[in-house]
Amino acid sequence: MCTTCGCGIGQTLIAGHALKQPRKPGEVMRYRVHEDGAALAYPHTHQHGGVLDGVLDFGAGAAGTHAPGISQSRMVKIERDILAKNNDYAAENRDYFSMHGIFTLNLVSSPGSGKTTLLVKTIAALHGVLQIAVIEGDQQTDNDAARIRAAGAPALQINTGKGCHLDAYMVGQAMQQLHLQDHSLLLIENVGNLVCPASFDLGETHKVVILSVTEGEDKPLKYPDMFRAADLMLLNKCDLLPYLEFDAGLAVDYARRINPKLKVIRISASSGEGMAEWLDWIAMGCRNAVAAIQRSAEPKVLLE
Amino acid sequence: MHEMSLAESVLQIIENTARKQGYTRVKTVWLEIGQLACVEQESLRFCFDVVMRDSIAHQAQLEIIKTAGQGRCAKCSIEMPIAALYEACPNCGSYEIHVTGGDEMRVKELEVE
Repeated sequence: MCTTCGCGIGQTLIAGHALKQPRKPGEVMRYRVHEDGAALAYPHTHQHGGVLDGVLDFGAGAAGTHAPGISQSRMVKIERDILAKNNDYAAENRDYFSMHGIFTLNLVSSPGSGKTTLLVKTIAALHGVLQIAVIEGDQQTDNDAARIRAAGAPALQINTGKGCHLDAYMVGQAMQQLHLQDHSLLLIENVGNLVCPASFDLGETHKVVILSVTEGEDKPLKYPDMFRAADLMLLNKCDLLPYLEFDAGLAVDYARRINPKLKVIRISASSGEGMAEWLDWIAMGCRNAVAAIQRSAEPKVLLE
Repeated sequence: MHEMSLAESVLQIIENTARKQGYTRVKTVWLEIGQLACVEQESLRFCFDVVMRDSIAHQAQLEIIKTAGQGRCAKCSIEMPIAALYEACPNCGSYEIHVTGGDEMRVKELEVE
């Protein structure tokens, strides 16, 4: 999957180094249109047996031969989900997390909702209680990863270049570099964007959407896909409510119209309000992740 | 603008199938896009043309089959067409609507040679 918008995969960086490309250069099949409109693939050899090692054979068509002007058009049924490749990578990530008892949260919001500050406070509060690693997604700079490392957790920065979201392949590559501990907590801070990250499963246990009270109450209605994809909403910066006209009840009501099962925690990273409930929720998730591997270790079903 | 990534994924699916099916040119691509899918169709058309350039689907025609949004009310169990994710049940007014169709994004069929 191309992980960027508009400029190709070459701009995606993990900790400043180019992302290993899932598609090898030169593997893209290309063809040229001649002036007479006939297609000519290159490299073009007369090796038979269809497409082998990227070599295209014109004799492999339905008619068994190729002659200019004679159409070999046919229909091919595909029925494949556009996001299938991303979902395959996400499934691999998810398998790894569940085998190692890693509780993984994908934190999504618009830019400026206070995700990084919330992460810094969360890491400080869980210091010595849980092993935590962080994957930071931003278009540019490793400022956020530096803030997380200063808070005491290993962090890896993914720069998506022109890209508007993290995808499962990027996260898979980042995981390998992070050396995740068993029974740990992995926090993935997605690119600040309430639209695109909704569609891309990273293999996380839960998506957590953060809405700050300095935004509009109707954001869940304006960006419904993200609120539908999330399991938990953190209503952040609640310490500012006395100074704003923001109707917190209405925001929660709107969010639950989109997603009736959405759990909501009112929180303030600055004042500490709601932090205990958020930390309890994380601790319960971590316990469940560990309990799940212990259950699967019981010799009931033998997995090949 | 994740439509660019989606268009790249479509190309990847086309290329992978080309290896198995042995075609060298794609003339038409049919995508099935649900009304509730998180994709902007005009943006996808633009990205499709850009991404397919110089590939085996160069200048391929893009046909989008739109599927209607469908939901079922969790309270009163009636089925209904829905145009957006925040619509209320026309029968009981509940917002607890489960999407049962119209959120798919699929490469359905290709015309190849």
